[in-house]
Amino acid sequence: MRKFFGFGMAAILAASLTACGGGSSADSTTAAPAAGNDTTTEAAADNSNGGEAAPEAAGGAFKLGVVGPLTGPAAAYGIAVQNGVDLAVKEINAAGGVNGAMLEMNSQDDEHDPEKSVNAYNTLKDWNMQMLVGAVTSKPCIAVAAESSNDNLFQITPSGSAVECAAPDNVFRVCFADPAQGTASAKYIGENKLGTKIAIIYDSSTEYSSGIREAFVAEAANEGLEIVADEAFTADTNTDFSVQLDKAKDAGAELVFLPIYYQEASVILKQASDKEFAPVFFGVDGMDGILSVKNFDTSLAEGVMLLTPFSATEEGSKAFTDAYVAAYGIEPNQFAADAYDAVYAIKAAAEQAGITPDMDASAICDAMKVAMTEISIDGLTGEGMTWDAAGETGKAPKAVKIVNGVYEMQ
Amino acid sequence: MNKNKVRIQNGITYGIVVGCWLLVQLMDKTGHMTSLLRGILVPLCMYSILAISLNLTVGILGELSLGHAGFMCVGAFSGAFFTKCMESVLPNLQLRFFLAILIGAAVAGICGILIGIPVLRLKGDYLAIVTLAFGEIIKNLINVMYIGLDKSGFHFSIKDTMSLGMDETGVVIIKGAQGITGTPKAATFLIATILLLITLFIVLNLIHSRTGRAIMSIRDNRIAAESIGINITKYKLMAFAISAVLAGVAGVLYAHNLSTLAATPKNFGYNMSIMILVFVVLGGLGNIRGSMIAAVVLTLLPELLRGLNDYRMLIYAIVLIVMMLFNSSPKAIEVRSVLWERFHKRKDTGAKEAA
Repeated sequence: MRKFFGFGMAAILAASLTACGGGSSADSTTAAPAAGNDTTTEAAADNSNGGEAAPEAAGGAFKLGVVGPLTGPAAAYGIAVQNGVDLAVKEINAAGGVNGAMLEMNSQDDEHDPEKSVNAYNTLKDWNMQMLVGAVTSKPCIAVAAESSNDNLFQITPSGSAVECAAPDNVFRVCFADPAQGTASAKYIGENKLGTKIAIIYDSSTEYSSGIREAFVAEAANEGLEIVADEAFTADTNTDFSVQLDKAKDAGAELVFLPIYYQEASVILKQASDKEFAPVFFGVDGMDGILSVKNFDTSLAEGVMLLTPFSATEEGSKAFTDAYVAAYGIEPNQFAADAYDAVYAIKAAAEQAGITPDMDASAICDAMKVAMTEISIDGLTGEGMTWDAAGETGKAPKAVKIVNGVYEMQ
Repeated sequence: MNKNKVRIQNGITYGIVVGCWLLVQLMDKTGHMTSLLRGILVPLCMYSILAISLNLTVGILGELSLGHAGFMCVGAFSGAFFTKCMESVLPNLQLRFFLAILIGAAVAGICGILIGIPVLRLKGDYLAIVTLAFGEIIKNLINVMYIGLDKSGFHFSIKDTMSLGMDETGVVIIKGAQGITGTPKAATFLIATILLLITLFIVLNLIHSRTGRAIMSIRDNRIAAESIGINITKYKLMAFAISAVLAGVAGVLYAHNLSTLAATPKNFGYNMSIMILVFVVLGGLGNIRGSMIAAVVLTLLPELLRGLNDYRMLIYAIVLIVMMLFNSSPKAIEVRSVLWERFHKRKDTGAKEAA
């Protein structure tokens, strides 16, 4: 009997493998290099994750893939990017598309896991993706960048901030690299004489925070800043910061640099006010969102400064914010803005390069790589954004100060 | 089970693996391969190796291990560390990868022995507790570790890259929470399949050997096994160490399949250990072929059902509970045996009627 059971299992396994083979054969017939524009029905079926099928146009449609965490603890970032891309794609399509060609998007979940992100990327490749917006978070982005550079597929990441994310020459990014933020913060503090005795409280368990801090410390020496306290916490100890704050206070810090996300920063601000410790608090783009923390007394954030590429309340992003709130019911954050800019960068570069949807992904990539370095766009996250061949953006960070519960540009 | 039957059973297990490999080659040649499937082949082999190796501890030895991902983590980091360090010394990638597999296996094995020596002497659930802690400790340890390499050799720090104090030629290899970046993609489906076959060969041969029978006798009745002079600690340690070694090999495969390696709760944490345990339980305790198939099915399923991704963890939990009840609840066993008998009877009468 066991023998039959064994054969049965073997049959099931073989059947399951052939089943996916069968599914794939249907895909690969439509996925022939030149197909491109006759897959609307299939694309619509694939767009289960909130993507939208573009209307057919005379010029066909470019297929934009999005890879990001749509579930799990980092889902807020992935969903923001998905919404940002979605909004930009709708606007561009409504305004006549890219040189007459529509944009089509399909987003896939990577759960903030490098392994899953490669699977998501491969799923999009089966969908016949031509350009990729993603991945949203750093580690998955590094894994996907290695794959996309292998395939020579154009990739622009809205928010993968680790240095290695944009290392291959086919990858560009909209946000700043982590070290660039640290260096910019130290320069800004030094130039505007915000204080000379600096304390740092950072999260040593995230690459984002430790990457910024490292660059900040390196640049601080050049700016004549003295680091009097340099305190770390980890994801396991991010609920109580009294030790770190006491050290900063005892060392006489005039400015506390917080290269961390806003959840932890809100706790730090609360505990600092309990200790009657009132230095200047200086954050980076992770601080964006502090005013929307639940049960947080926003008066505690008065006077907090942060370098951020995007602010929902500033004049230039008003139209975007209104459209975003109307479409998705929440305030946009910088991830949404980065994604929105990424799509407009693709549009500008595609028009510059003169690519058409019937080209294959590799040819598009070759043309886009050159065109990206030639364009300059005014986006939500910076004016006159340009890109160099290494994929880094050259935009100036904006410093804002929280006054009366809103961001005030400095 | 007589010898012939064992041979046939093992042959089927090997046959499934070889058959799948041939099938994939055929699909590749005829252009029926999707990118998704091609990308997931190595992980499928990796998870199968993990499930088989954990089954050795849980199913054959009868001890619960909740830190299998910890051994995988050790193997992954030591293997990737080796390939990164030796990049200039050994330019041949395949050779480097081969050595990395050996090193990853050895380091994971040493960890397994170190943990096993004190814990496996005890009776009860202590192994589960200690392996659970081990998995978490390893993850946190790697997250604070900075190792750099320059002309004068290795530099080590648990603070940051600046305190490594390297000269200008220095390269940071392990960068704390950022882990190792830029591991070469050396793992191919062929290598992964060969490793899976080797794993099967080791485990199946062990089970059907004198040693394997000794290990299973400990599982079934420790006192009886002790009374006939079986060295309990030795056999327990042997099974546990082999299991750790194989998990280390899977870790090296993992590290060389992605260009980035970091010890996050997602890939080397408690959840991963539980996921491997789910493979083993679903496939059946002690059933090597079953755990292999369960690993393949449960890894493939969420990818094929991408639309239902939000419910994946829910499905896992339900499957685990149902399988536990189905396997061990006395009522379920009763129902199963009744069904089994009825099925047999019908088959017998059916055969008679046909005759």
